[in-house]
Amino acid sequence: MQEQLVDISRLQFAATAMYHFLFVPLTIGMTWILVIMESVYVMTGKTIYKDMTKFWGKLFGINFALGVTTGITMEFQFGTNWAYYSHYVGDIFGAPLAIEGLMAFFLESTFIGLFFFGWNKLPKAQHLLVTLLMAIGTNLSALWILIANGWMQNPVGSDFSYVTMRMEMTNFWDVIFNPVAQAKFVHTVSAGYVVGAMFVLSISAYYLLNNKHIEFAKRSFRIAAAFGLAAACSVIVLGDESGYTVGEAQETKLAAMEAIWHTEKAPAGLNLIASIDEKAQKNNWEVQIPYALGIIGTRSLSKEVKGITEIKERNRERIIAGIEAVKTLEQLRRNPSDKAMVARFETIKKDLGYGLLLRKYVTNMDEVTPAIIQKAVDSTIPAVTPMFWGFRAMVGLGFTFLLLFAASFYYTLRGKCAHEKWLLRAVLWSLPLPWVACEIGWFVAEYGRQPWTIYGVLPTHLSVSAISVENVYGSLAGFIGFYTLLLVVELYLMFKFARLGPTQYSEQH
Amino acid sequence: MLDYVTLKIIWWVLVGVLLIGFAIMDGHDMGVGTLLPFVGKGDTERRVVINTVAPHWDGNQVWFITAGGAVFAAWPLIYATAFSGFYWAMMAVLWSLFFRPVGFDYRSKIENKIWRQTWDWGLFVGGFIPPVIFGVAFGNLLQGVPFYFDENLLVHYTGSFWALLNPFALLAGLVSSAMITFHGAIYLMLRTEGDIHRRAKIAANIFGILALGLFAIAGIWVAKGIGGYAIVGNYDISALPNPLDKQVTHQTGAWMQNYSKMPITMAIPALAFISGIIAIFLAKIEKAGAAFVFSSLMMAGIIGTAGISMFPFLMPSSSNPNSSLMVWDSASSHLTLGIMFWAVVIFMPIIIIYTSWAYKVMSGKVTKNYIEDNKHSVY
Repeated sequence: MQEQLVDISRLQFAATAMYHFLFVPLTIGMTWILVIMESVYVMTGKTIYKDMTKFWGKLFGINFALGVTTGITMEFQFGTNWAYYSHYVGDIFGAPLAIEGLMAFFLESTFIGLFFFGWNKLPKAQHLLVTLLMAIGTNLSALWILIANGWMQNPVGSDFSYVTMRMEMTNFWDVIFNPVAQAKFVHTVSAGYVVGAMFVLSISAYYLLNNKHIEFAKRSFRIAAAFGLAAACSVIVLGDESGYTVGEAQETKLAAMEAIWHTEKAPAGLNLIASIDEKAQKNNWEVQIPYALGIIGTRSLSKEVKGITEIKERNRERIIAGIEAVKTLEQLRRNPSDKAMVARFETIKKDLGYGLLLRKYVTNMDEVTPAIIQKAVDSTIPAVTPMFWGFRAMVGLGFTFLLLFAASFYYTLRGKCAHEKWLLRAVLWSLPLPWVACEIGWFVAEYGRQPWTIYGVLPTHLSVSAISVENVYGSLAGFIGFYTLLLVVELYLMFKFARLGPTQYSEQH
Repeated sequence: MLDYVTLKIIWWVLVGVLLIGFAIMDGHDMGVGTLLPFVGKGDTERRVVINTVAPHWDGNQVWFITAGGAVFAAWPLIYATAFSGFYWAMMAVLWSLFFRPVGFDYRSKIENKIWRQTWDWGLFVGGFIPPVIFGVAFGNLLQGVPFYFDENLLVHYTGSFWALLNPFALLAGLVSSAMITFHGAIYLMLRTEGDIHRRAKIAANIFGILALGLFAIAGIWVAKGIGGYAIVGNYDISALPNPLDKQVTHQTGAWMQNYSKMPITMAIPALAFISGIIAIFLAKIEKAGAAFVFSSLMMAGIIGTAGISMFPFLMPSSSNPNSSLMVWDSASSHLTLGIMFWAVVIFMPIIIIYTSWAYKVMSGKVTKNYIEDNKHSVY
């Protein structure tokens, strides 16, 4: 029963989070494109740039509405479905969420209203300031959410308290300047910029292919190509940085992502492609670039990249040590004033999370058998095949975007983009690809953290609310119903207004 | 740094401030949503009503989101217990909130009567349901809800969704809905003219009287019929939070004790009644701006009354009183409370400044002409 509850709760969270992230990256990217377009308008006074800001702003608004709608779900869900998680880490995890509201979401949401309705009420420069503040708010919002997520990946600046039975913050700055969080933030917002740029580029290509709104489309195309090229470069460079911090903080994720079954002599080779046999825990064959992974993953020639087999053996030791930690904690809960016990617990509590992994199989730590320990050890590595190929698909897409934006930028600089039909078609049909890359990226990041919600601290299995599985089936069905309907409506409006194009603006003002 | 007990009390006040801020800001656009199908006849009038809040609903909604985030950060156990315990009530709030962003943004993008009327009712749901459920939730908190903690501090809720809908809780839901609708009606008076203004004025009168009347009945009910909760024996309020480390009993009249111990606290329910009466009167004599201030104060009084009656309890457990959650044992660590306190102190004034600026930029009456002139760019 518990297992089913955990699975369905995970499914609901994954589905609603991935759905939410259909809208978020476009919002993040579009805000800056709007800032650029409006800046050109304010600097040159050419109304076509104002029309551009308004038209792309309208599509941005249609997208933003669903971003807000689906974002509230995420906030609710920690409490409704992950109550033990909320209790266990709310002391640290809740803070960036609350600060996100105070510092970022208020800013974004207040100024988005003025962005849409303030055109005739504000002087030009003030309206531009509004657009800029909206963009800053949006990006700061991403910062705080990724600080929260980064802490799940690499729980720094905190400590377990046996009195309150939870993790507590010990250093706020460590949480904020968590290297994993910072690398994730810049990589994720860059991915958003790629999405925004591709969106504008593709729809502009559509107009150029159909010989409509030529002047409007050419200018939009140029801005999107330049912005997209910069974004694609940064998403790749910062993705590499993100990969490096993962290697430092989460060896299991790196090993699974790269299908490294055994620790190799440094510097390790990079498996470009491989035939993975999960059962036998080996690759049948692999195409390797020598030294590459060692250099990318450790930034050195002498550090090893740990293999799955070796990581498992180390995890086995930690799980066995964790049994003691869990038992000691149980005794301490019954007798909190035992000073000797407290001292003992403090020395072994670093493995508490690993001991808790066993709770998936037994409640009483005295019933742990070697077979159960083996199960727990095996569970510490996420499935290698989806990690390996998912990661490769994301990286491959990243380089595809770089090529597309580079080609677009080259032809738009030469003033020829409208004639290169092959390029316009390629760009148009690539429209969905940045979303695919984002979703795969999140899959690698979150599935790759399993079996933990907080890496090394709290197993996913224990994080759920103590509610009946029927409740979760019911709410999941509700989400599927609502979200399907909303997606149909959103896509209908998006296509309608994208096809219609910017015609109405010149008439209107 | 401030000491732990002081911070625990400050956070009780701050969560109250955030809830009151939510009622004042998101409350007025929810009230407008509730009244939308009734005060706007025909499409243009409906658009007038919607556009009184069009530039602001999104920022206002962040009061709710921030209050939720603040509870998560400052009272993780309350967040965990309330959201998982009230599972279906929370889903109902969430799903009704779904109608707001899309309702506002999508409604007028297509010229089709059925499309627009459907979204109008969607906006009604998004404005009407959440305040009712929040009221019902408060009604249940006052009576205690059935939950307990196991030895790992995992919370187990043992009641059903239907048990939440008991008579007293429903009354509390009506108080909440009436005050929000009253507040929204006053806002509409302020921002509209002609027929809509006239209808909003009638609504303000009805819902103002209703809000105060129902609040009075609820007050008597709490004093006479609802048993409160009290701590037994000595309790160390500065201890590290552990909700299983106390003895609590169920006691009739316990929710009145704070008023007799500290008579000054009676100023809070008094504030609700006096401000409410003044707001009703001001609405009658067409002073909608001043009325808005007093309806805000009335809501502060009503929400404050619920908080003070229960203090230091936040979420008492009816089935296992010792598991009850209080200001003292639901809180985050000393460090987190301190950091979050400074975050609020720094950002709240900034938020209030730019929000006020946004309202100032968009101030003035929303008219039918404004809608006709901007029919492609406004909601």
